[in-house]
Amino acid sequence: MTPDQSPERPCLLAAARGFVGSSVGAKALMALSGLGLIGFLVVHMGGNLQMHLGPEPMNAYAKALKGQPLVLWPARLGLLGMFLLHVGLAFHLNAKNAKARPIAYASDRAVASTWASRHMLLTGALVLAFLGYHLAHFTLGLTHADHFALVDAQGRHDVYAMVVHGFRSPVVAGSYVLAMFVLALHLSHGFGSLWRSLGTSSPALVDALRKAGIAVALAITLGFATVPIGVVAGTIGREVPRLDAGGPPVTELGAAPGGREAGPVRVAGGVR
Amino acid sequence: MSGTMNLKLRVWRQPSAGQPGAFRDYEAKDVSPDESFLEMFDRLNERLIEQGEEPIAFEHDCREGICGACSMVIDGIPHGPERATTTCQLFMRHFRDGQTVVVEPWRAAAFPVLKDLVCDRGSFDRILQAGGFVSVATGNAPDANSVPIGKEAADAAMDAAQCIGCGACVAACKNASAMLFVAAKVSHLALLPQGQPERARRALGMVKAMDREGFGACTNYGECEAACPKSISVSYIARLNREYLRAQVTPTV
Repeated sequence: MTPDQSPERPCLLAAARGFVGSSVGAKALMALSGLGLIGFLVVHMGGNLQMHLGPEPMNAYAKALKGQPLVLWPARLGLLGMFLLHVGLAFHLNAKNAKARPIAYASDRAVASTWASRHMLLTGALVLAFLGYHLAHFTLGLTHADHFALVDAQGRHDVYAMVVHGFRSPVVAGSYVLAMFVLALHLSHGFGSLWRSLGTSSPALVDALRKAGIAVALAITLGFATVPIGVVAGTIGREVPRLDAGGPPVTELGAAPGGREAGPVRVAGGVR
Repeated sequence: MSGTMNLKLRVWRQPSAGQPGAFRDYEAKDVSPDESFLEMFDRLNERLIEQGEEPIAFEHDCREGICGACSMVIDGIPHGPERATTTCQLFMRHFRDGQTVVVEPWRAAAFPVLKDLVCDRGSFDRILQAGGFVSVATGNAPDANSVPIGKEAADAAMDAAQCIGCGACVAACKNASAMLFVAAKVSHLALLPQGQPERARRALGMVKAMDREGFGACTNYGECEAACPKSISVSYIARLNREYLRAQVTPTV
């Protein structure tokens, strides 16, 4: 295909390619996918906060989510799509930006930019690494298979006990809190900046959104951090018996909760 | 001489575009606090010529802060440490006796260095050309005030039109992005009735040309606004984003 055939009516695919290929279009998609992912984080955090209410609401919520495959799977796929788009564009834009300045300054000074804005790739990569561990931990049950296999008295996947056991390790709880701090840095620039990428230019509104970005970042990350902190501090999960170190789990190891094909709770709003 | 100072300069020297460059140290002696940064360079160059050395190549033209020629990064900041100031309007009273000052050219793939501190900013010209023309009715000159323009729109358009195309925004941006320049050029016409007929095509064409020249993308750092000698606001970048997104759904003529 030649680039100059009918500039008036390019085919839809070429138009989409041109849009993603342009730095403004790529940034708009970056902003939209970032906004979508923030939306997911809010729902996820809402689900997590039920840990403060005890095992019954938490496990019932997890089972209810799992019982809606028509909601769950489209949500999971949409989330995966937004996530891949966001990460893919991050690497694409970063490579383009690095190419735009092949020779660095001998003396380079930041006058106006924030640390968070200059290290979005670093904080993003750290969040990505954390996400890999987090999925292996709570979604796939790879790191603590004994916690993952627990079922409660009603035969449900015992999400509550799983989370409590996971966070009883101060190293695990600490790494989650640390990861939330890194996420806060990423979101503090991301949320404030995405509206400008989408065309919000009123200085008063931009300033308000920038401040809101810091508030949103803090609210989301503190919300998440209350769960590991609550477990370590003993406000969450005091009723859950300790597992013997190295021994078999105390709770009965029944058939995998809810049947294997339904799987444990993995997406939007649940403890993952 | 009383009240003068001596400075150590570390200046980027590069014989030509193809050849490698390196920093060289110079002493700037008896610098008056009342002379400009370029005048300090002039006197250093006179001395270099007297010593039979190649003078330092740098661009300059109006020397009154309106042409945008005097491109140099001074201690890591385009046009030096003073806000809203071009290098020619930067006075030596902002420096201390004995201070070491590092002077480098704009660094961007789209601004290749031609010699010493001089770089080729032709990429900006090509972006402007990609913006195309503005339709005007020919014939008699129109009556004054026959095209009413609101005060706020006129102010915003004039603020954007202050851009002198110096490239400090690119030089300051960590991504060497030209978004503030393109935003200023797109916005000042998009805000006025005269700019409406080609509004969508202009935004699309200039963004495409900007990407073609190899400038980076915007991360909303805000460094460009801080470096801009005309203090053009980053809010114009958001306006450019809006113009570009709007142009996606606007049929172009």
